[in-house]
Amino acid sequence: MRRRFRRALIPAGSAAAVALLWLVASARAGQAPSTGRFPAYKAPRLAGHADLNGVWQALVTANWNIQDHEAQPGPHPEIMGAYGGEPPGQSVVEGGEIPYQPWALAKRKENFEKRMMVDVTDDKRWHDLGDPELKCYMPGVPRAAYMPFPFQIVQGSGDYILIAYEFTSTTRVIRMNGKADAPADSWMGWSRGRWDGDTLVVDVTDSREQTWFDRAGDFHSDALHVVERYTPVSPYHMMYEATIEDPKVFTRPWKISFPLYRRMEQNVQLLEFKCVPFTEELLFGRLRKQPRQASR
Amino acid sequence: MRRRFMSAVAAACVAAAVSFPALADQARTTPARNAGVSRQAAGGRPAAGSMPRTPWGDPDLQGVWNDATSTPLARPGGVSDKQVLTDEEAEEFQRNLAHNLTRDRRDGGPEVDVNRAYNEHWMDARRLAITSDHRTSLIVDPPDGRIPPLVPLSPERQRARAARADAAARFAAGLPDNPEEMSLPVRCIIRTDSPPYLPTIYNNDFQIFQSPGYVAIAPEMIHSARIIPLDGRPHIGPTLHQWLGDSRGRWDGNTLVVETANFRTDEGVIFQDADPATYRITERFTRVDARTIRYEFTVEDPHTWTRPWTAMIPWTRIDPGEQMYEYACHEDNYDIVHLLQGARIRERKGETVPKRNRER
Repeated sequence: MRRRFRRALIPAGSAAAVALLWLVASARAGQAPSTGRFPAYKAPRLAGHADLNGVWQALVTANWNIQDHEAQPGPHPEIMGAYGGEPPGQSVVEGGEIPYQPWALAKRKENFEKRMMVDVTDDKRWHDLGDPELKCYMPGVPRAAYMPFPFQIVQGSGDYILIAYEFTSTTRVIRMNGKADAPADSWMGWSRGRWDGDTLVVDVTDSREQTWFDRAGDFHSDALHVVERYTPVSPYHMMYEATIEDPKVFTRPWKISFPLYRRMEQNVQLLEFKCVPFTEELLFGRLRKQPRQASR
Repeated sequence: MRRRFMSAVAAACVAAAVSFPALADQARTTPARNAGVSRQAAGGRPAAGSMPRTPWGDPDLQGVWNDATSTPLARPGGVSDKQVLTDEEAEEFQRNLAHNLTRDRRDGGPEVDVNRAYNEHWMDARRLAITSDHRTSLIVDPPDGRIPPLVPLSPERQRARAARADAAARFAAGLPDNPEEMSLPVRCIIRTDSPPYLPTIYNNDFQIFQSPGYVAIAPEMIHSARIIPLDGRPHIGPTLHQWLGDSRGRWDGNTLVVETANFRTDEGVIFQDADPATYRITERFTRVDARTIRYEFTVEDPHTWTRPWTAMIPWTRIDPGEQMYEYACHEDNYDIVHLLQGARIRERKGETVPKRNRER
């Protein structure tokens, strides 16, 4: 009996090995979606295109740091304790490291050190200090895709796709096959989309230079150009890739990628995270008539 | 400040004869002269079978729409009791409203000029035309075109309103105590992105998106979107409250009917400070022709108004080339700092809120 069991195991094991080899081979042959890590998948159709509708969320910890990061106590451990602790995570950057120019690496370090400093008393220096997330500013692209909040894609039959994010209730409109140039820079950038098979490709330009990539001070300039790829790989997840180009800050284009998961709870919906009231004391507290009384 | 903002909204609801030729023709051929005006105005009943539909069969409301008009929410004094004006009357009504609204005239002296420095360049020119059906008010019910009388407020709500009036007086005098006492629009928390949608001085555009089971409305004013499920699901739990409430929709024939609940209880969240506990709002969106959506809303709150009331505002389709654009508010809200800095400087100089500001 025991021997028979073993005999059965061997063929099962070889079948698994063969399947694995086949997966690797087919990925190399380019039959699977771009990441090559999943069997071929054809998404359901809507008006002739892959249907990406749904509520999605990343599970990476890239909003703390898009590169490798260890667990840390976070700011003010004397009052925040474990609440303030920052989770560890692996880099979502292909190759692990962002190819900064030397000056930019120094700037990134300074950003991190001053990430929680704010001074809005001079219009001209309004955006000089602090992480925009801390101040509840629109997060920009690609950061909006991996903040620890869900977002919803509303895709219909028209020339526009809406992406609505829970964080500060922000939105962006993807202009499918759009030709028009951006009239001005904006926080969420100017998004023009097209389909590459089942992949939604979004070209994002004209972003405000003040957005960051994460709480670690990773940043860009007004020359930022992001190309996003949303590729469905199963009914329940899609791969997100963004190629980031900014010749003023980086030595070459670089890429991030991670999966987005479909939120499956019954009746799931975006709720509001309107954070302006959470920042007023931080931003404007010094200008109140009487200091606020501690409410905790 | 809320009051100032609302009066700006009311003022902004003025006139511009450019945009609704199809509607104007309709209004001329089907003059509506009674309380049923909302059914006939702005294009009448859509012809059966002509309704554009999405591939999955819903009436197609997708596009960018603009609701600017000079027609005031409530019928102003000094206008005839008629709900709909003749062509000649309408022309004069529109001319007068536009004259009062325009910021580019110089007939009031230096101080007035300064106040109008935020001039027509920044404003929506479409707001200078009355509705093409020549109505004297956006309110269609009650028939007098006015907001029904208020019911007596509880002492608690009276105190809350008095406190807000004091804060508004401090703001008007340039002496706000703190950010929290400024209005929600000044703080960039909610503006005209909250239902009911009313025309204002600028950013009167709305982009509607649809997908199977959803309608999403993205107002140009601030960057939020209302994503409305159509699958009959219940509202979110009763302890969850939101600045924009929680919306549920359904199709009633070709009309999208949206009911919104779960509003936050902060003062100023709901129009005219209605009581969130008893407030009800129902919106109806009907595409009446290629260029027009008829937007109607009915609000009721036995703790605020003596009866429900209904307004109708035509939404006109915008040329796709004239795209809606991101509206950032909080991100560069320099004013809030200037106002607070100015207030602290004024206090040091010994300035106080003038008595006339307090008697509001």
